[in-house]
Amino acid sequence: MYAFEIERPTTIAAAVAALGFEGAQALGGGQTLIPSMKARLASPAVLVSLTSIPEMRGVCLSDDGMVCVGGATPHALVAVEAAQYFPALAALAGQIGDPAVRNRGTVGGSLANNDPSACYPAAALGTGAVIITDRRRIAADDFFNGMFSTALHEGEIVTEVRFPVAEKAAYVKFHQPASRFALVGVFVAKYADGVRVAVTGASEGGVFHWAEAEVALSGDFSAAALDGLKVNADGMIGDVHATPEYRAHLVKVMAKRAVAGAT
Amino acid sequence: MTQARMTVNGVPVQADVEGRTLLVDFLRGTLHLTGTHVGCDTSQCGACVVHVNGKAVKSCTMFAFEAEGALVRTIEGMAGADGALGPIQQAFRDEHGLQCGFCTPGMVMSTAALLTENPKPTQNEVRAYLEGNICRCTGYNNIVRAVLVASGQDVNLLAAE
Repeated sequence: MYAFEIERPTTIAAAVAALGFEGAQALGGGQTLIPSMKARLASPAVLVSLTSIPEMRGVCLSDDGMVCVGGATPHALVAVEAAQYFPALAALAGQIGDPAVRNRGTVGGSLANNDPSACYPAAALGTGAVIITDRRRIAADDFFNGMFSTALHEGEIVTEVRFPVAEKAAYVKFHQPASRFALVGVFVAKYADGVRVAVTGASEGGVFHWAEAEVALSGDFSAAALDGLKVNADGMIGDVHATPEYRAHLVKVMAKRAVAGAT
Repeated sequence: MTQARMTVNGVPVQADVEGRTLLVDFLRGTLHLTGTHVGCDTSQCGACVVHVNGKAVKSCTMFAFEAEGALVRTIEGMAGADGALGPIQQAFRDEHGLQCGFCTPGMVMSTAALLTENPKPTQNEVRAYLEGNICRCTGYNNIVRAVLVASGQDVNLLAAE
Protein backbone atom coordinates (compact mmCIF):
# COMPACT_ATOMS: atom_id res chain seq x y z
CA MET A 1 0.00 0.00 0.00
CA TYR A 2 1.03 3.61 -0.39
CA ALA A 3 2.54 5.51 2.54
CA PHE A 4 0.44 7.88 4.63
CA GLU A 5 0.61 10.09 7.69
CA ILE A 6 -1.04 9.03 10.96
CA GLU A 7 -3.26 10.98 13.33
CA ARG A 8 -4.45 9.46 16.60
CA PRO A 9 -6.91 11.88 18.17
CA THR A 10 -8.40 11.14 21.58
CA THR A 11 -11.46 13.39 21.26
CA ILE A 12 -14.14 13.73 18.60
CA ALA A 13 -13.28 17.40 18.15
CA ALA A 14 -9.64 16.59 17.44
CA ALA A 15 -10.68 13.87 15.00
CA VAL A 16 -12.91 16.29 13.10
CA ALA A 17 -10.04 18.77 12.91
CA ALA A 18 -7.65 16.09 11.65
CA LEU A 19 -10.14 15.00 8.99
CA GLY A 20 -10.21 18.55 7.66
CA PHE A 21 -6.88 18.01 5.91
CA GLU A 22 -6.93 17.19 2.23
CA GLY A 23 -6.76 13.45 1.58
CA ALA A 24 -7.57 12.54 5.18
CA GLN A 25 -9.57 9.38 5.79
CA ALA A 26 -11.10 8.01 9.00
CA LEU A 27 -9.86 4.59 10.12
CA GLY A 28 -12.27 2.58 12.27
CA GLY A 29 -11.36 -1.04 12.88
CA GLY A 30 -9.80 -1.23 9.43
CA GLN A 31 -11.33 -4.56 8.48
CA THR A 32 -12.42 -3.20 5.12
CA LEU A 33 -10.17 -0.17 4.74
CA ILE A 34 -6.85 -1.95 5.31
CA PRO A 35 -7.55 -4.65 2.68
CA SER A 36 -8.73 -1.86 0.34
CA MET A 37 -5.48 0.03 0.91
CA LYS A 38 -3.44 -3.11 0.25
CA ALA A 39 -5.27 -3.49 -3.05
CA ARG A 40 -4.65 0.22 -3.73
CA LEU A 41 -8.37 0.80 -4.02
CA ALA A 42 -7.86 3.45 -1.33
CA SER A 43 -4.77 5.58 -0.86
CA PRO A 44 -5.40 8.22 1.81
CA ALA A 45 -2.69 10.79 2.48
CA VAL A 46 -3.59 10.89 6.18
CA LEU A 47 -5.24 8.18 8.25
CA VAL A 48 -7.17 9.41 11.27
CA SER A 49 -7.57 6.51 13.69
CA LEU A 50 -10.84 6.68 15.64
CA THR A 51 -10.16 3.82 18.04
CA SER A 52 -8.45 5.89 20.76
CA ILE A 53 -11.50 8.07 21.42
CA PRO A 54 -13.13 6.87 24.68
CA GLU A 55 -16.36 8.83 24.07
CA MET A 56 -16.96 6.81 20.89
CA ARG A 57 -16.81 3.41 22.53
CA GLY A 58 -19.41 1.53 24.56
CA VAL A 59 -22.99 0.29 24.72
CA CYS A 60 -25.82 1.62 26.90
CA LEU A 61 -29.62 1.87 27.09
CA SER A 62 -31.17 5.32 26.87
CA ASP A 63 -34.20 6.44 28.90
CA ASP A 64 -36.31 6.48 25.73
CA GLY A 65 -35.69 2.81 24.93
CA MET A 66 -32.82 2.95 22.50
CA VAL A 67 -29.60 0.96 22.56
CA CYS A 68 -26.82 3.51 22.12
CA VAL A 69 -23.63 2.20 20.56
CA GLY A 70 -20.52 4.35 20.25
CA GLY A 71 -19.34 4.62 16.66
CA ALA A 72 -15.99 2.98 17.38
CA THR A 73 -17.43 0.08 19.37
CA PRO A 74 -16.25 -3.27 18.02
CA HIS A 75 -18.83 -5.89 17.01
CA ALA A 76 -17.65 -8.32 19.68
CA LEU A 77 -18.49 -5.82 22.42
CA VAL A 78 -21.96 -5.16 20.98
CA ALA A 79 -22.56 -8.92 20.76
CA VAL A 80 -21.99 -9.19 24.51
CA GLU A 81 -23.19 -5.90 25.95
CA ALA A 82 -26.32 -5.34 23.85
CA ALA A 83 -27.60 -8.85 24.57
CA GLN A 84 -29.47 -7.81 27.72
CA TYR A 85 -31.20 -4.89 25.97
CA PHE A 86 -31.78 -6.01 22.39
CA PRO A 87 -30.95 -9.67 21.69
CA ALA A 88 -31.56 -9.45 17.93
CA LEU A 89 -29.05 -6.61 17.58
CA ALA A 90 -26.49 -8.47 19.69
CA ALA A 91 -27.02 -11.62 17.63
CA LEU A 92 -26.47 -9.68 14.41
CA ALA A 93 -23.21 -8.23 15.71
CA GLY A 94 -22.13 -11.72 16.79
CA GLN A 95 -22.56 -13.09 13.26
CA ILE A 96 -20.39 -10.55 11.44
CA GLY A 97 -17.23 -12.01 9.88
CA ASP A 98 -15.39 -14.19 12.38
CA PRO A 99 -14.26 -13.66 16.00
CA ALA A 100 -11.01 -11.90 15.06
CA VAL A 101 -12.79 -9.56 12.65
CA ARG A 102 -15.43 -8.81 15.32
CA ASN A 103 -12.72 -7.75 17.75
CA ARG A 104 -11.64 -4.97 15.36
CA GLY A 105 -14.53 -3.98 13.09
CA THR A 106 -16.80 -1.16 14.32
CA VAL A 107 -20.43 -0.20 13.85
CA GLY A 108 -19.51 3.27 12.59
CA GLY A 109 -17.11 1.84 10.07
CA SER A 110 -19.65 -0.65 8.79
CA LEU A 111 -22.39 1.95 8.35
CA ALA A 112 -20.09 4.55 6.78
CA ASN A 113 -18.81 1.97 4.30
CA ASN A 114 -22.34 0.69 3.45
CA ASP A 115 -21.18 -2.52 1.82
CA PRO A 116 -24.23 -3.95 0.03
CA SER A 117 -23.72 -7.27 1.83
CA ALA A 118 -22.86 -5.96 5.31
CA CYS A 119 -25.03 -6.85 8.30
CA TYR A 120 -25.20 -3.57 10.24
CA PRO A 121 -27.03 -1.59 7.55
CA ALA A 122 -29.89 -4.10 7.93
CA ALA A 123 -30.01 -3.45 11.68
CA ALA A 124 -29.97 0.31 11.21
CA LEU A 125 -32.68 0.34 8.54
CA GLY A 126 -34.64 -2.47 10.18
CA THR A 127 -34.91 -0.62 13.48
CA GLY A 128 -35.20 2.91 12.15
CA ALA A 129 -31.97 3.78 13.93
CA VAL A 130 -30.66 7.29 14.41
CA ILE A 131 -27.12 7.80 13.15
CA ILE A 132 -25.42 10.52 15.14
CA THR A 133 -22.41 12.25 13.64
CA ASP A 134 -20.07 14.95 14.86
CA ARG A 135 -22.47 17.55 13.39
CA ARG A 136 -26.04 16.16 13.07
CA ARG A 137 -28.50 13.31 13.50
CA ILE A 138 -29.51 11.30 10.45
CA ALA A 139 -32.47 8.90 10.31
CA ALA A 140 -31.48 5.51 8.90
CA ASP A 141 -34.20 5.96 6.25
CA ASP A 142 -32.22 8.96 4.92
CA PHE A 143 -28.72 7.57 5.45
CA PHE A 144 -28.16 4.86 2.85
CA ASN A 145 -27.72 6.13 -0.70
CA GLY A 146 -26.98 2.94 -2.60
CA MET A 147 -23.99 0.63 -2.71
CA PHE A 148 -20.98 2.08 -0.79
CA SER A 149 -22.71 5.46 -0.61
CA THR A 150 -24.25 7.29 2.34
CA ALA A 151 -25.51 10.72 3.36
CA LEU A 152 -22.23 11.40 5.19
CA HIS A 153 -20.23 14.41 4.06
CA GLU A 154 -16.50 14.47 3.55
CA GLY A 155 -14.81 14.14 6.94
CA GLU A 156 -18.06 13.50 8.84
CA ILE A 157 -17.75 10.88 11.59
CA VAL A 158 -20.40 8.45 12.86
CA THR A 159 -19.95 9.01 16.58
CA GLU A 160 -22.93 7.01 17.85
CA VAL A 161 -25.83 4.92 16.60
CA ARG A 162 -29.13 4.63 18.48
CA PHE A 163 -31.22 1.55 17.79
CA PRO A 164 -34.85 1.68 19.03
CA VAL A 165 -35.52 -1.56 20.91
CA ALA A 166 -38.25 -3.60 19.21
CA GLU A 167 -41.05 -5.57 20.86
CA LYS A 168 -39.88 -8.55 18.84
CA ALA A 169 -37.07 -8.80 16.33
CA ALA A 170 -34.67 -11.17 14.61
CA TYR A 171 -31.94 -11.10 12.01
CA VAL A 172 -31.49 -14.15 9.83
CA LYS A 173 -28.51 -14.36 7.55
CA PHE A 174 -27.63 -16.80 4.79
CA HIS A 175 -23.85 -16.79 5.11
CA GLN A 176 -21.67 -16.57 2.04
CA PRO A 177 -19.25 -19.11 3.46
CA ALA A 178 -16.05 -17.75 1.93
CA SER A 179 -16.45 -14.07 2.81
CA ARG A 180 -18.81 -14.58 5.78
CA PHE A 181 -20.80 -11.59 4.53
CA ALA A 182 -24.54 -12.02 4.02
CA LEU A 183 -25.50 -13.67 0.75
CA VAL A 184 -28.88 -12.41 1.90
CA GLY A 185 -29.74 -11.15 5.37
CA VAL A 186 -33.11 -9.95 6.64
CA PHE A 187 -33.80 -7.95 9.79
CA VAL A 188 -37.42 -7.98 10.95
CA ALA A 189 -38.55 -5.80 13.86
CA LYS A 190 -42.03 -5.33 15.33
CA TYR A 191 -42.86 -1.97 16.94
CA ALA A 192 -46.05 -0.55 18.39
CA ASP A 193 -46.57 1.48 15.21
CA GLY A 194 -45.79 -1.28 12.70
CA VAL A 195 -43.23 -3.75 11.42
CA ARG A 196 -39.96 -2.92 9.68
CA VAL A 197 -38.20 -5.31 7.31
CA ALA A 198 -34.71 -4.52 6.00
CA VAL A 199 -32.83 -6.64 3.49
CA THR A 200 -29.07 -6.71 2.91
CA GLY A 201 -26.89 -8.70 0.52
CA ALA A 202 -29.57 -8.91 -2.14
CA SER A 203 -29.92 -5.66 -4.05
CA GLU A 204 -27.47 -3.83 -6.29
CA GLY A 205 -28.79 -0.71 -4.56
CA GLY A 206 -27.61 -1.94 -1.16
CA VAL A 207 -29.81 -2.34 1.90
CA PHE A 208 -33.53 -1.75 1.31
CA HIS A 209 -36.96 -1.87 2.94
CA TRP A 210 -39.18 -4.71 1.79
CA ALA A 211 -42.27 -2.55 1.88
CA GLU A 212 -44.85 -5.23 0.93
CA ALA A 213 -43.65 -7.45 3.75
CA GLU A 214 -43.85 -4.55 6.20
CA VAL A 215 -47.50 -4.00 5.28
CA ALA A 216 -48.34 -7.70 5.45
CA LEU A 217 -46.59 -8.23 8.78
CA SER A 218 -48.02 -5.09 10.35
CA GLY A 219 -51.46 -6.67 9.86
CA ASP A 220 -50.46 -10.19 10.86
CA PHE A 221 -47.04 -10.85 12.41
CA SER A 222 -46.65 -14.43 11.26
CA ALA A 223 -44.46 -16.18 8.70
CA ALA A 224 -47.61 -17.25 6.86
CA ALA A 225 -48.44 -13.59 6.23
CA LEU A 226 -45.58 -13.55 3.70
CA ASP A 227 -46.78 -16.62 1.77
CA GLY A 228 -48.57 -14.66 -0.94
CA LEU A 229 -45.68 -12.26 -1.61
CA LYS A 230 -43.09 -12.61 -4.34
CA VAL A 231 -39.79 -10.75 -4.52
CA ASN A 232 -38.85 -9.45 -7.96
CA ALA A 233 -35.36 -10.45 -9.13
CA ASP A 234 -34.86 -7.21 -11.10
CA GLY A 235 -31.97 -5.26 -9.63
CA MET A 236 -30.80 -8.12 -7.44
CA ILE A 237 -27.09 -8.92 -7.26
CA GLY A 238 -25.97 -11.74 -9.53
CA ASP A 239 -22.51 -13.27 -9.09
CA VAL A 240 -20.71 -16.61 -8.99
CA HIS A 241 -22.30 -17.34 -5.61
CA ALA A 242 -25.95 -16.77 -6.46
CA THR A 243 -28.16 -15.58 -9.30
CA PRO A 244 -30.55 -12.64 -8.90
CA GLU A 245 -33.45 -15.12 -8.89
CA TYR A 246 -31.86 -17.16 -6.11
CA ARG A 247 -31.26 -14.05 -4.01
CA ALA A 248 -34.83 -12.90 -4.56
CA HIS A 249 -36.04 -16.28 -3.39
CA LEU A 250 -33.79 -16.17 -0.33
CA VAL A 251 -35.19 -12.78 0.73
CA LYS A 252 -38.56 -14.34 1.42
CA VAL A 253 -37.12 -17.47 3.01
CA MET A 254 -34.90 -15.45 5.35
CA ALA A 255 -37.75 -13.06 6.17
CA LYS A 256 -40.06 -15.93 7.09
CA ARG A 257 -37.40 -17.46 9.31
CA ALA A 258 -36.81 -14.10 10.96
CA VAL A 259 -40.51 -13.66 11.71
CA ALA A 260 -40.76 -17.21 13.03
CA GLY A 261 -37.70 -16.73 15.23
CA ALA A 262 -38.38 -13.19 16.44
CA THR A 263 -38.08 -12.72 20.20
CA MET B 1 7.97 7.20 10.54
CA THR B 2 6.30 6.60 13.85
CA GLN B 3 7.15 4.80 17.03
CA ALA B 4 5.64 1.38 17.64
CA ARG B 5 5.64 0.66 21.36
CA MET B 6 4.07 -2.44 22.87
CA THR B 7 4.74 -5.41 25.08
CA VAL B 8 5.16 -8.64 23.13
CA ASN B 9 5.07 -11.90 25.06
CA GLY B 10 5.96 -10.00 28.21
CA VAL B 11 8.88 -8.09 26.70
CA PRO B 12 8.57 -4.31 26.16
CA VAL B 13 9.60 -3.40 22.63
CA GLN B 14 9.80 -0.21 20.64
CA ALA B 15 11.00 0.62 17.17
CA ASP B 16 10.62 3.22 14.45
CA VAL B 17 8.23 1.96 11.81
CA GLU B 18 6.39 3.40 8.86
CA GLY B 19 2.72 4.16 9.47
CA ARG B 20 1.76 1.54 6.93
CA THR B 21 3.69 -1.23 8.73
CA LEU B 22 1.25 -4.00 9.53
CA LEU B 23 1.38 -5.57 12.97
CA VAL B 24 2.34 -8.91 11.43
CA ASP B 25 5.25 -7.32 9.57
CA PHE B 26 6.41 -5.65 12.77
CA LEU B 27 6.31 -9.00 14.58
CA ARG B 28 8.00 -10.96 11.82
CA GLY B 29 10.28 -8.40 10.19
CA THR B 30 11.31 -6.16 13.07
CA LEU B 31 11.11 -8.51 16.04
CA HIS B 32 11.96 -11.68 14.05
CA LEU B 33 9.05 -13.51 15.67
CA THR B 34 8.35 -15.57 12.56
CA GLY B 35 6.00 -18.04 14.22
CA THR B 36 3.07 -15.85 13.20
CA HIS B 37 2.34 -16.60 9.56
CA VAL B 38 0.97 -14.64 6.64
CA GLY B 39 -1.25 -16.91 4.60
CA CYS B 40 -3.59 -14.84 2.49
CA ASP B 41 -2.77 -11.27 3.53
CA THR B 42 -6.45 -10.45 2.98
CA SER B 43 -7.82 -11.31 6.45
CA GLN B 44 -9.51 -14.47 5.22
CA CYS B 45 -7.29 -17.29 6.45
CA GLY B 46 -6.42 -16.57 10.08
CA ALA B 47 -2.81 -17.83 9.98
CA CYS B 48 -1.74 -14.43 11.38
CA VAL B 49 -4.02 -14.41 14.46
CA VAL B 50 -2.36 -13.00 17.58
CA HIS B 51 -3.80 -11.56 20.78
CA VAL B 52 -3.89 -7.81 21.38
CA ASN B 53 -4.92 -6.99 24.93
CA GLY B 54 -6.31 -10.49 25.22
CA LYS B 55 -8.42 -10.34 22.06
CA ALA B 56 -7.75 -12.41 18.96
CA VAL B 57 -7.07 -10.23 15.93
CA LYS B 58 -5.76 -10.75 12.42
CA SER B 59 -2.36 -9.12 12.58
CA CYS B 60 -2.28 -8.70 8.78
CA THR B 61 -5.29 -6.39 9.07
CA MET B 62 -4.08 -4.07 11.80
CA PHE B 63 -1.31 -1.50 11.72
CA ALA B 64 1.57 -1.75 14.19
CA PHE B 65 0.80 1.78 15.41
CA GLU B 66 -2.69 0.66 16.39
CA ALA B 67 -1.16 -1.67 19.00
CA GLU B 68 0.37 1.33 20.82
CA GLY B 69 0.82 0.40 24.48
CA ALA B 70 -0.90 -2.96 24.00
CA LEU B 71 -0.08 -6.35 25.43
CA VAL B 72 0.53 -8.57 22.43
CA ARG B 73 0.81 -12.33 22.59
CA THR B 74 2.03 -14.48 19.73
CA ILE B 75 2.53 -18.20 19.23
CA GLU B 76 6.05 -17.81 20.66
CA GLY B 77 4.40 -16.82 23.93
CA MET B 78 2.42 -20.04 24.15
CA ALA B 79 5.36 -22.32 24.94
CA GLY B 80 7.07 -22.49 28.31
CA ALA B 81 10.32 -20.64 29.00
CA ASP B 82 12.15 -23.93 28.50
CA GLY B 83 10.54 -24.43 25.10
CA ALA B 84 8.06 -27.04 26.35
CA LEU B 85 4.80 -27.00 24.41
CA GLY B 86 1.85 -25.30 26.09
CA PRO B 87 -1.28 -27.39 26.69
CA ILE B 88 -3.03 -26.29 23.49
CA GLN B 89 0.08 -26.92 21.42
CA GLN B 90 0.50 -30.33 23.06
CA ALA B 91 -3.10 -31.24 22.29
CA PHE B 92 -2.64 -30.27 18.62
CA ARG B 93 0.41 -32.51 18.52
CA ASP B 94 -1.23 -35.42 20.33
CA GLU B 95 -4.39 -35.32 18.23
CA HIS B 96 -2.61 -34.76 14.90
CA GLY B 97 -4.29 -31.38 14.64
CA LEU B 98 -1.79 -30.27 12.03
CA GLN B 99 -0.12 -31.58 8.93
CA CYS B 100 1.86 -28.89 7.10
CA GLY B 101 1.54 -26.62 10.13
CA PHE B 102 1.13 -23.35 8.26
CA CYS B 103 -2.24 -22.50 9.79
CA THR B 104 -1.33 -23.83 13.22
CA PRO B 105 -0.08 -20.61 14.88
CA GLY B 106 -3.40 -18.94 14.11
CA MET B 107 -5.38 -22.03 15.09
CA VAL B 108 -3.63 -22.18 18.46
CA MET B 109 -4.12 -18.47 19.15
CA SER B 110 -7.80 -18.61 18.19
CA THR B 111 -8.21 -21.69 20.37
CA ALA B 112 -6.63 -19.87 23.31
CA ALA B 113 -9.08 -17.00 22.83
CA LEU B 114 -12.01 -19.43 22.59
CA LEU B 115 -11.07 -21.30 25.76
CA THR B 116 -10.73 -18.03 27.66
CA GLU B 117 -14.28 -17.04 26.66
CA ASN B 118 -15.74 -20.53 26.82
CA PRO B 119 -13.64 -23.07 28.76
CA LYS B 120 -15.77 -26.13 27.81
CA PRO B 121 -17.02 -25.53 24.26
CA THR B 122 -19.12 -28.03 22.37
CA GLN B 123 -17.93 -29.41 19.08
CA ASN B 124 -20.24 -27.01 17.21
CA GLU B 125 -19.01 -24.06 19.23
CA VAL B 126 -15.43 -24.97 18.35
CA ARG B 127 -16.26 -25.14 14.66
CA ALA B 128 -18.12 -21.83 14.77
CA TYR B 129 -15.32 -20.04 16.61
CA LEU B 130 -12.65 -21.31 14.23
CA GLU B 131 -14.56 -20.24 11.11
CA GLY B 132 -12.01 -17.51 10.43
CA ASN B 133 -9.10 -19.97 10.49
CA ILE B 134 -8.63 -21.96 7.32
CA CYS B 135 -6.73 -25.27 7.16
CA ARG B 136 -6.15 -26.93 3.81
CA CYS B 137 -4.67 -30.17 5.17
CA THR B 138 -6.53 -31.73 8.04
CA GLY B 139 -10.20 -31.51 7.14
CA TYR B 140 -10.61 -29.90 10.57
CA ASN B 141 -11.76 -32.99 12.50
CA ASN B 142 -8.44 -33.48 14.26
CA ILE B 143 -8.22 -29.77 14.99
CA VAL B 144 -11.63 -29.87 16.65
CA ARG B 145 -10.54 -32.92 18.64
CA ALA B 146 -7.37 -31.13 19.70
CA VAL B 147 -9.35 -28.13 20.94
CA LEU B 148 -11.69 -30.38 22.91
CA VAL B 149 -8.74 -32.25 24.42
CA ALA B 150 -7.09 -28.93 25.29
CA SER B 151 -10.30 -27.98 27.09
CA GLY B 152 -10.03 -31.13 29.21
CA GLN B 153 -13.03 -32.86 27.65
CA ASP B 154 -13.30 -36.52 26.77
CA VAL B 155 -13.26 -36.64 22.98
CA ASN B 156 -14.29 -40.29 22.91
CA LEU B 157 -17.64 -39.38 24.45
CA LEU B 158 -18.02 -36.43 22.08
CA ALA B 159 -17.29 -38.54 19.02
CA ALA B 160 -20.62 -40.29 19.59
CA GLU B 161 -22.46 -36.95 19.84
